[in-house]
Amino acid sequence: MDQDVNITIIDREGVEHKVQAPTDMNMNLMEVCKAYELPVEAVCGGMAMCATCQVYVKSDHDLGERNPDEEAMLWEALHVQDNSRLGCQIPISDDLEGLIVELAPEQ
Amino acid sequence: MIETDILIIGAGPTGLFTVFEAGLLKLKCHLIDALPQPGGQCSELYPKKPIYDIPGFPEVLAGDLVDNLMEQIKPFQPGFTLGERAEDIDKLEDGTFIVTTNKGTKHHANAVAIAGGLGSFEPRKPQIVGIENYEDRGVAYMIKDPEAYRDKKVVIAGGGDSALDWSIFLANVAQEVTLVHRREEFRGALDSVEKVQELVTQNKINLITPAEVTDVKGTDKVESVTITIHDEAKRFQEIECDAFVPLFGLSPKLGPIANWGLEIEKNAIKVDNTLDYQTNIPGIYAIGDVNTYPGKLKLILCGFHEATLMCQSVYQRMNPNKKYVLKYTTVGGIDGFDGSRKEAEKAVIKKIGS
Repeated sequence: MDQDVNITIIDREGVEHKVQAPTDMNMNLMEVCKAYELPVEAVCGGMAMCATCQVYVKSDHDLGERNPDEEAMLWEALHVQDNSRLGCQIPISDDLEGLIVELAPEQ
Repeated sequence: MIETDILIIGAGPTGLFTVFEAGLLKLKCHLIDALPQPGGQCSELYPKKPIYDIPGFPEVLAGDLVDNLMEQIKPFQPGFTLGERAEDIDKLEDGTFIVTTNKGTKHHANAVAIAGGLGSFEPRKPQIVGIENYEDRGVAYMIKDPEAYRDKKVVIAGGGDSALDWSIFLANVAQEVTLVHRREEFRGALDSVEKVQELVTQNKINLITPAEVTDVKGTDKVESVTITIHDEAKRFQEIECDAFVPLFGLSPKLGPIANWGLEIEKNAIKVDNTLDYQTNIPGIYAIGDVNTYPGKLKLILCGFHEATLMCQSVYQRMNPNKKYVLKYTTVGGIDGFDGSRKEAEKAVIKKIGS
């Protein structure tokens, strides 16, 4: 289990979910949310085309730049803030230990 | 009233393949879809993306898969009600159904197959006060009939594939095309981006970026839009036009189907996966991404399988006294409702040698 990182996901009702996410299964943050049955629709299945997995990054982790697909989707999505990211474009890695994110309102 | 054996709600890959399997059993199908074209997500969201898990196709573009399915089901002459959303369902005393769309089109069917994927795609609307007053009066969120824009002045907003592709198409149809986008960068297939660039250079598309349409004006139809340019001066520009088409993508909603009395779990319709993917209402089935059961996987190939078993169940329902024997297409060939016949070439039995 030492391959897991601890992530806190705050849902739309403000409830904190502390979850363990595996780093060795090629998963992304959207898939982790789905695996824990959090209310993330992931309409497009992870192609950065729907923004239903938008999250706000609350901790000061450096997740790197948004990739071009993610950036383009976030130009058109609703409720976008400076700390908005698409969960489907964030691979689970060791660097995410202690990450805190909040689910953005539904699109 | 449209009469059919199986009414399929949703014209994505699962819905389309249902027509084929039903056709083999001589059952006729009609499809309803909220989008103006068949193919569902494959056509609307990612036509140019490759799919790698369709059995027998090492790689196929989503758009090509839809084209192939349309070709495959052609002999079975499916009917289509496109650009309309299934709204109400009535079960008649004889066990048949009448489904009515939001535009009032009525369909009478023996069985209903909900192949609705994630739901019907509703356009994302821009946050402009009063825009709803101009809907169908110059404002449209998807283009159903490009001819409606012939010789008109059109303003398109958006930065994705559909905004690019429709700007290209309408550049040769409309009198004037203006493309407005919040950013200077567009996101689309490379050839579409390059083509728009070319048309802008030739003055066939009037490009305004980075900018946003912030107001729509007109007495009883669209007469002009106000564009706010996102430069330092925050200038406004008024553009006279007959139509304003914001193309900001679509988000799916399960919609009215959620109120049909079906058992629903996490936005999906519960079905009997031990037998025929029937819902809690006999005669209504749910197949493909829209259904759920223990172990459900939302894959196109699973939808195909579910469609096949469902058609058998509808056949039994309509012909309770008939025994059905599975026939392979390699053996029985295909008899289209259009009179066409496809079959394997017969082997010859002939002596070789003198």
